[in-house]
Amino acid sequence: MHPLLRPAVPSRRRFLAGAGGALVLSALLPARTVRAEAQGPAEGAGLLAPKPGTRVAAFLEIHPDGTIKLLSPFVEGGQGIATGMAQIVGEELDVPPSRFVVECAPPGPDYAVVNGIRMTGGSFSTRSSYETMRRLGATARDLMIHAAAAKLKVQDGELTTRDGVVLHAATNRSLAYGDLAADALKLKPNESVPLRDPATFRYIRQPIPRLDVRDKSTGRAIYAIDHKVEGMLYAAVQHAPRLGTEPTSLANEAEVKAMPGVHSVHRLPGAVAVAANSWWRARKAVEALKVEWSAGKPSGIDTVAADFSSEGMLAALKTSTDPGHVAEEQGDVAAAFAKAAKVVEADYEAPYLAHAQLEPPSAIARFAADGTLDVWLPNQMPEVFQAVSAKVAGLQPAQIRIHSPMLGGFFGRHFTYEAGNPFPQAILLAKATGRAVKLLWSREEEFARDAVRPLSFSRFRAALDTAGQPTAIEVRTVGEGPIGRYFSMMMQTPVDPSAVEGIVEKPYAVPNRRMTFTKVAHPVNIAFWRSVGHSMNDAFYESFLDEVAQAGGHDPFALRMALLQDSARHRTLLSTVAEMSGGWQRGPYRAEGGMRARGIAMASPFGSETATVAEVSVEGGEARVHNLWIAFDPGSIVNPAIVKAQVESAAALGLSSVLFEQIVYRDGVRQSQNYDTYPILRREHMPAVHVRIVESGAPMGGVGEPGLPGVPPAVLNAIAALTGRRIRALPVANSKLSAV
Amino acid sequence: MALGDCLLPGIADMVSLTINGRHYSVDAEPDTPLLFVLRDTLGLTGTKYGCGIAQCGACTVHLNGQAMRSCQVPLDSVGTQAITTIEAVEQDDVGRKVVEAWVALQVPQCGYCQSGQVMAATALLKQTSQPTDKEIADAMTNLCRCGTYNAIAAAVRQAAA
Repeated sequence: MHPLLRPAVPSRRRFLAGAGGALVLSALLPARTVRAEAQGPAEGAGLLAPKPGTRVAAFLEIHPDGTIKLLSPFVEGGQGIATGMAQIVGEELDVPPSRFVVECAPPGPDYAVVNGIRMTGGSFSTRSSYETMRRLGATARDLMIHAAAAKLKVQDGELTTRDGVVLHAATNRSLAYGDLAADALKLKPNESVPLRDPATFRYIRQPIPRLDVRDKSTGRAIYAIDHKVEGMLYAAVQHAPRLGTEPTSLANEAEVKAMPGVHSVHRLPGAVAVAANSWWRARKAVEALKVEWSAGKPSGIDTVAADFSSEGMLAALKTSTDPGHVAEEQGDVAAAFAKAAKVVEADYEAPYLAHAQLEPPSAIARFAADGTLDVWLPNQMPEVFQAVSAKVAGLQPAQIRIHSPMLGGFFGRHFTYEAGNPFPQAILLAKATGRAVKLLWSREEEFARDAVRPLSFSRFRAALDTAGQPTAIEVRTVGEGPIGRYFSMMMQTPVDPSAVEGIVEKPYAVPNRRMTFTKVAHPVNIAFWRSVGHSMNDAFYESFLDEVAQAGGHDPFALRMALLQDSARHRTLLSTVAEMSGGWQRGPYRAEGGMRARGIAMASPFGSETATVAEVSVEGGEARVHNLWIAFDPGSIVNPAIVKAQVESAAALGLSSVLFEQIVYRDGVRQSQNYDTYPILRREHMPAVHVRIVESGAPMGGVGEPGLPGVPPAVLNAIAALTGRRIRALPVANSKLSAV
Repeated sequence: MALGDCLLPGIADMVSLTINGRHYSVDAEPDTPLLFVLRDTLGLTGTKYGCGIAQCGACTVHLNGQAMRSCQVPLDSVGTQAITTIEAVEQDDVGRKVVEAWVALQVPQCGYCQSGQVMAATALLKQTSQPTDKEIADAMTNLCRCGTYNAIAAAVRQAAA
């Protein structure tokens, strides 16, 4: 289980157990501690931190014109969470979502609504806060009624609400929320307000239009890169060719200082920077700098050394003999293999990946006259960025104001990744220049320092009985995941859940199972990447399951049905995706333009379930995907249009990754500098995507990521069906294909 | 700008531009990409920087009605051509229809590429009012990391209808 999913907040002791993560931890500590340490001893109510998600005034500003500002715990980055929050709060508050303006809230204990912490990630936002945010809306509505009752001198029970107005039907009097808010927010909230009967919902479960779509269609949406503050300098950097090496000398500093608009030249950890009066001038100047870099450590996998390569890293994972730790064990695997009629074995590997979100990262840092600091930056965890900013600036977290604009894509890009974020550089430059500084990484610098989805390797073995049914599956996964790197203190065992998710906890009734995880740390900066471990592990497992089916003489769809006979939820999804795609057929079959085949895959990511069918042909040695059919069961939903858009978006990213994407290191240097050397899915490769939502009523699952993991294996399985060739090393573009 | 500044080495002459029907004088080197003049000098931030090498199209603007990637347009190549940016797209009948289609079909997700997509679609429809699917595919080559390509194509068809 994902550690953040555990219902209880991890204890403070466990938080503090990993000293390396102390910086991150201080931001995640229970609110009371943070407040006490930041502000010194306080009296009475000041000492008592609010229960997250309960203090109406921290979330809602109700204006006299009837509009409502919602300070959201979550940052909007395309996933539609701002609209979803407006729907959920609006439903209970009885205000149409279209009247909401949603902003990402500043750091603060009120917003720790994701199992006691605050983050936008892990596909947690809606499912973790749904009840809390409904209750917040209901509590606010109750306060409005209470305030109106006092003003109208009637009982609460005589009042109703409609669209932001409290009504007293008997006397035909009404009061708008905007006129009640000031009084209402002074009242003591009722902690046990009943929630609305879902049968009466007007907004939840409706395809409410997104609040940000018009601004995003007319260039009015403001991202971090668009922010400007008075008197700021623009800055650009040139990073060291390899992470961990430092600038030692600048051959032409005087000439660069004399370039147009240049304010100053700076040495930073692992980089040089120029501040200027425009970003283009800063960039030209910094790229003109002739820098001598230190040599760095000579070799080994504990440094991005001059001889580091992704090929060498993969070899290190493959040749590791460390038995690792058991991630899942059931039955007697050894006995099953001893009795096996047939044994199937296969090795699977996946490359490093960049996030390649369209907005290059930037940050503005501005020190105020009183020494406090404002930072505008893309982020998925304001409190952690606040803590790291404080450390860099030499201030207390309470002296840092974090501003969190909407994100031009994130996919896991905007957590704190040490050298992978520009904001520490911006803070250092603001300190050094005494001016506000806006630092923007060029696309090339972003490709050089983005933290990457880890390269990974898994070795699979299956035992089959005489009927061709799998009796045992054994998987050895070697590598490192981002939870282990950044949140190890939250792990209960040495097994990194983000390294093995998608390989463990499968729904299939294979009686004997043994999955292990062997940690081999990457010298490179690794990251969360949309659907994290699932982004590759489901590709491995579901591909291997097709290999098992083939070895046992079974159709892959029929085998899955058989292995899921005790799970109605999964069988429903399989039946649904078969029906959506006109009935299961593997092929190959003749279609318009040539032969095609189909692949099936399932995945259970982030509390949701998916079944995916891909239809593929081969043209000019390349795979071409024509259709993706996805049956998606997140249990229950808030906005069907947003859910479908997210599933299609995740499917596109899954397809992009399986077909094209890889960050390759050679001689310690990444070989991709921009989209020309890191191809991503373009419109000519976009298939038709057919999504059907199945609401099983199971506990609400995630939405932003779960559409992804089923796509790579469905495509790989279709390619195998069409070409007879099993691709076990991603991406597909590394293999030249031919249809049989 | 003070007169004396012109005498300082490295300070460019003022360049005249016509953007969205307004005249501007800007102080920047002649090789400065139009993109950064728009965004940083003039504050027209609707046009986005994505890659700087004409791969992604987030910086698409119109020069005399033609879709151009402004990261590849040096300031001294603009001359008297009329520049139109996303900020003025709704002043154009076709542009307004495109925006309405984008809103009706709820195209954007993160939205960062969408200024460029709307500008590319508007230029296409101003030249070819009823594009075929192939013409749409050929003209709409901007990257979208959120994978909104199908919604974009549907919105172009709706705006053309």
